[in-house]
Amino acid sequence: MDIPILKIEDFLIISFQNELSDHDLEELRENVLEHIKKTNAKGLVIDITALGIVDSFMARTLSSISDMAALLGTKTVIVGIQPAVALTLVELGLRIKWKLLTALNLEKGINLLRKSIESEKEIAHD
Amino acid sequence: MTEDSIEVKNEYDIISARGFGRGIASRLGFGVVDQCRITTAISELARNAVVHGKGGTVTIKTIQNEKKGIEIICKDDGPGIEDIELALKGGYSTVGGLGIGLSGTRRLMDEFHITSGPGKGTTVTIRKWLN
Repeated sequence: MDIPILKIEDFLIISFQNELSDHDLEELRENVLEHIKKTNAKGLVIDITALGIVDSFMARTLSSISDMAALLGTKTVIVGIQPAVALTLVELGLRIKWKLLTALNLEKGINLLRKSIESEKEIAHD
Repeated sequence: MTEDSIEVKNEYDIISARGFGRGIASRLGFGVVDQCRITTAISELARNAVVHGKGGTVTIKTIQNEKKGIEIICKDDGPGIEDIELALKGGYSTVGGLGIGLSGTRRLMDEFHITSGPGKGTTVTIRKWLN
């Protein structure tokens, strides 16, 4: 499955519409990194509103996408985590050090990225 | 009581097994959060069977006695787990995350039973009761 990666301003946006196979996720990870390099995007938004579950493999892959994006200088925000998914993820007890941002929806996610990038610029100028 | 099985041989079967389980859990009357727990547990077990057990079967039974609930049996004929206690501790992993999958699955469900041994394959039985 080809998952579209959209670009708006300095941000890349990925919105999952279907259940993803392990292979889809791994392929996406490579495509995202290529896109970041090509577009010099400052932020990455991953919208998982449509996902009814996130198991340990998906969680680890999302976390690794954000870690790899960070190495390229890009911040990641995950948006649209369903309440039941959040609850289940915590109960699963994953030993993941989440270093990504999260927001309730796409709009809040983009705002969060903007603020986070702005505040870093200010620190850099001080 | 109804019983249905689905073979899990590859990663696409994991998705099918999840959908199959969610449908049954929903029809039984489980709420959204429990459906999510059950579906996630199936996903963890089915992935273990595919990745470590070289494929297996997921059997889902509905329990309709005085107590209503769902039972899921995931069976594979893979190499089996040498040290079950260690595998259930959490951090243990041979191929990226078996331990988390098993210990996490146990936390998501009401009952959890595992039989496994070198050369004997692995069978995990989990249950969730409808309150």
